[in-house]
Amino acid sequence: MESPNNKVAGDQSFVAGILALIGRVLLAVSIPLISFYVLYLGFLFLRDSNAPREIIVLIAIIWGVGGVGILYWVFNWLVEKLPDQWKGRLLPFVFVGPAIAILSWYLAIPTLRTFYLSLFGRDGPPEGLSFIQQISSAAFVGFGNYASVFTQDLMVEAFRNNLMWIIFGSTFSVIFGLLIAVLADRSSFEKLAKSLIFLPMAISFVGAGIIWNFIYEYRPEGQTQIGLLNSIVTSLGGTPEAWPQWVAISPWNNLFLIVIVVWLQAGFSMVLFSAALKGIPEELLEAGRIDGANEFQIFFRIMMPYIQGTLISVWTTIIIFTLKIFDVVWVMTGGQFGTHVIATQFYRQSFTNRNSGFGSAIAIVLLIAVIPVMIYNLKRFREQEAF
Amino acid sequence: MKKVLWQVLALTLAASLLLAACGTPAPTEVPATEVDFPYPAGGALEEALKGSYSGTTVTVDGAFEGNDPDGVKFAESVKAFEEATGITVNYIGNKEFEATISVRVDAGDAPDIVDFPQPGKAAQFVAGGDIVPVSEYLSDEWLTQQYNQSWRDMVTFDGAEMGIFHRFNGKSLVWYPKKAWDAAGYEIPETWEELMALNQQIADDGDTPWCIGVESGAATGWAATDWTEEMMLRTTSLENYDAWVAGELSFDSPEVKKAIETWSELWFNDAYVYGGRSSIVTTFFGDSPAPMFEDPPQCWMHKQGNFITGFFPEGTVAGEDYGFFYFPPVDPAYGKPFLVAGDSMYMFNDRPEVRALMEYFTVPESASGWLQGGGALAAHQTVTPDMYGVELEKGIAELVAQATSFRFDGSDLMPGEVGAGSFWEHISSYVAGSEDLDTAMKAIDATWPK
Amino acid sequence: MSSGKNQKRLGKWLVNLTLLLLVLIWTIPTLGIFISSFRNRDKIATTGWWNVFPHREWRPVSELDPKALGLNPDEVMEIEGVSGTFDQFRKGIETPDGKRVAWIGNKRLGKVEVQENAWTIDWDFSLDNYEQVLGGQDFEFRRPDGSVEVVPGDNMVNAFLNSLAVAIPSTVIPILIAAFAAYAFAWMKFPGRRSMFIMVVALLVVPLQIALVPILRDYRALNLNGTFLAIWLAHTGFGLALATYLLYNYISSLPRDILESAFIDGASHFTVFTTLVLPLSVPALASFAIFQFLWVWNDYLVALIFLGGNPEFELVTQRMAAIVGARGQDWHLLTAGAFVSMILPLTVFFTLQRFFVRGLLAGSVKG
Repeated sequence: MESPNNKVAGDQSFVAGILALIGRVLLAVSIPLISFYVLYLGFLFLRDSNAPREIIVLIAIIWGVGGVGILYWVFNWLVEKLPDQWKGRLLPFVFVGPAIAILSWYLAIPTLRTFYLSLFGRDGPPEGLSFIQQISSAAFVGFGNYASVFTQDLMVEAFRNNLMWIIFGSTFSVIFGLLIAVLADRSSFEKLAKSLIFLPMAISFVGAGIIWNFIYEYRPEGQTQIGLLNSIVTSLGGTPEAWPQWVAISPWNNLFLIVIVVWLQAGFSMVLFSAALKGIPEELLEAGRIDGANEFQIFFRIMMPYIQGTLISVWTTIIIFTLKIFDVVWVMTGGQFGTHVIATQFYRQSFTNRNSGFGSAIAIVLLIAVIPVMIYNLKRFREQEAF
Repeated sequence: MKKVLWQVLALTLAASLLLAACGTPAPTEVPATEVDFPYPAGGALEEALKGSYSGTTVTVDGAFEGNDPDGVKFAESVKAFEEATGITVNYIGNKEFEATISVRVDAGDAPDIVDFPQPGKAAQFVAGGDIVPVSEYLSDEWLTQQYNQSWRDMVTFDGAEMGIFHRFNGKSLVWYPKKAWDAAGYEIPETWEELMALNQQIADDGDTPWCIGVESGAATGWAATDWTEEMMLRTTSLENYDAWVAGELSFDSPEVKKAIETWSELWFNDAYVYGGRSSIVTTFFGDSPAPMFEDPPQCWMHKQGNFITGFFPEGTVAGEDYGFFYFPPVDPAYGKPFLVAGDSMYMFNDRPEVRALMEYFTVPESASGWLQGGGALAAHQTVTPDMYGVELEKGIAELVAQATSFRFDGSDLMPGEVGAGSFWEHISSYVAGSEDLDTAMKAIDATWPK
Repeated sequence: MSSGKNQKRLGKWLVNLTLLLLVLIWTIPTLGIFISSFRNRDKIATTGWWNVFPHREWRPVSELDPKALGLNPDEVMEIEGVSGTFDQFRKGIETPDGKRVAWIGNKRLGKVEVQENAWTIDWDFSLDNYEQVLGGQDFEFRRPDGSVEVVPGDNMVNAFLNSLAVAIPSTVIPILIAAFAAYAFAWMKFPGRRSMFIMVVALLVVPLQIALVPILRDYRALNLNGTFLAIWLAHTGFGLALATYLLYNYISSLPRDILESAFIDGASHFTVFTTLVLPLSVPALASFAIFQFLWVWNDYLVALIFLGGNPEFELVTQRMAAIVGARGQDWHLLTAGAFVSMILPLTVFFTLQRFFVRGLLAGSVKG
């Protein structure tokens, strides 16, 4: 806020002050209004226009990306116009507000709704009744759905498999990602290596399913194997197997699915670790080398502590990915042959069986399962201090 | 009583198909607009043909993408309707149909008409009161004229007719490599004994007679449920079949077990199945017939619905490279049953233009895309052989006409928990050998929703 | 000194070799589908893709007619100087001079082949899969009057444009919003900071399917269904938790003293954020942009729900699903389809890879 000019005589300054104030208020109101109006026009154009596809797409991109930037700028400008004490109070909410609002609308409120649904039978709460009537109706089952979630055979199998996924899947994804990131950093063909490791990430899950079918594909013994793994196995004199569907070794057949996800996710952790490694100041590493540390010492004593934050965040995300793992299992086995996971059961119950109570309960159980990870992250969050 | 009814029905069907083959029934109405399909008098379709609803849009949702082969056939089928009425039919189907239709209906954003590949799936929405009953917009008389009663029974839930049957697939078909078959001089079997003798003969000649594969990703096992249904029709009465589908006859009953054991003697004989029993569960159903087309054939028979021709190697010609015959009966007491599966249409939003399209679906011309492009048969008894552009479908239609009874795919009628869940899973486990029959059957019974 | 140099060189070799090995392992599956995409449907289904490399194969040299030889397959037979039963000949019996005698077919129609083991290579490539994916498949209809009508298939251009229109804003919007929020979590004090952060972490695990019904209902009320805005917001909502979480981890680890000095110079939060924090976080922003772009690009379900009612907005994923067909009868086309749909995400990766650079923070830390 600019201070008013005190040198000018009272009358004039008063009028000018009033005018300036009115001007500011008008400006403050009109800028957001104008920006909203422009955005709204863009929205209408996109919804109703018959312009050529290319133009619509271009305008959509500009409008969508520019719109968000404009909104932040406008809100910040508005708050900056306020007196200081208000500014300090409101500014954080300009920064964090939109994110929290969107998250609440898209995920938090639906989650609460899901919890409510999980207390009812398969058709959910009877419609058109008040809250009190609903929870006293026959459809209300309390925590009955949760009881069956933890006792049903298939669910128990799903929990077991998810545990395998978390232990093996997340560990190997992180280790390979880190190993490749560090090696690539020191190698002579960094870009190429990283691109090739990243390649699987770019393939959709359906594509990945096809790719791995070329690895795991089974043909009866004595026929030409078209799956690479069985081709190798038979040429070494073994018997071909349909690896992910090999029930005899259950639950270890899950490992063949886990391999697919490690192959996909290593690119994810590699990219994030790479970004973090690039953030290590060169001076630090040089100092270490001058002190005569070898590469291993440098890695464990300088790099690891420096990227610890990234390590934890990557691990957290990958644990959550593996907890939610769905597509690969669905495409490869559909959860049969002892490969069900929590998410495939959730899908089955919610959509195939349309059992809204049971499906919702499974989704809430996922939330409960992530609590340890949350606590750990919160501890780190507390250590971090703001200004 | 029921049995008599079914026999009467079956005869009616056979007779009607024969009649249909002889000549087209006279349309009930003089058309208001010049269209080449009949329509009920005084309904929304008649009004629509006057152009009253021109410019409106009807959305249809289903389990195939709008521009895959089925989508193109659908567009082809409704073309005549769109041209005659000015109503736009907007098809929005996709492969995640199971999830998207649930979400749309629950969010109050139901499409106008849904094309359900399984009546069992529609049942879940009938229970929720989302579907408009057929009686509200179509006369019983018209439906009687267009359909054999059994098709109407399949879309009737708790006594109320909720949908319109549209097109179907014949399932009781066995495919064989015609050229090699004729060269080898094998005879087409007419009974189960003859079939088993043929199996042994082919095995003695050093080949495996059958190609069987039931792997299908999340739906692995459905092909084994088809065999179970075929055997339920061939080894026990229709009453028992209906009771089984309705959940009144348990999987653990001797009848169901006997049906499964009947096909097991073929499936579990490693000399009869290409790759042996262990490969059945892990062979993709679409790849499984491929060895029939190798030179020389590695197997000689494959049982599957008529859509399987889409998976046959490119350039193979029906009647030359492959032929088909009726999957033979087991016990002559139960006649020649025919198993079918197919799509039915359900109306979710009641508007005049939607009614008009639903009425259009009651005539065989509304399936013209499939009749001319192949892949499905019309469920209407007014369909005539000249409507088929493909010899193959014509031949299958004849086989259906010769059947003494026909029934809809049981697992498609059962609740999702069983028909698209435990039945698939446990029958797969049974075939894979990880569960014995008793365990598998009891496990399926346990999942039947109370 | 020179020994140190040698050691360094050795180290470099070791690094390169290990990495090469890993990269090879990672590439084999993709190589398989890449090669397969140039083979036709029957080849894919009958022989392994590695047949494009030189390998040895049994090749027929001559054919014999068992009937002319008067062989009885039910007994022990002698052919070309080797004897065996029918079953043994079915598997093939090797002769002393390195050839193989095999019975092809069954006892009724069979023939006997003499084969030799020869080096061969299968280079029968075609662009057919790519043509069908890019140009669309044509459908033929045979009319009752005998005429044949061809319905041309869709090409990929429109789907690509639509996918871009969905993916770019759906990538940039959540990143921008998440960066603001991450900055607030890291460098501002406000009531509810901790509980909001817990909420972000907790929502990471929520499956997005639970949100589809309520959001679709809201969209209907707001008349947003089937618009670009609807799907951008949806992808923003579903991607925001992860974006905020990852960016928070990066932004909170920025050196404190840089920001402090800026505040001492009287800069506002907004200025610090836009002129200091955003440029410094480019590697993290770029890496998240890559992932978000990928997820949105490969998403099928969300697009179906919020754009599905609008067939003119067909995306690449929907195109691919259509190519395969309702029952998966044309899955072999996915070999080519996977590569066609990968082009763009990979381009994004290559473009943004330039931002993973060292030295953004050079000189900021007193060593």
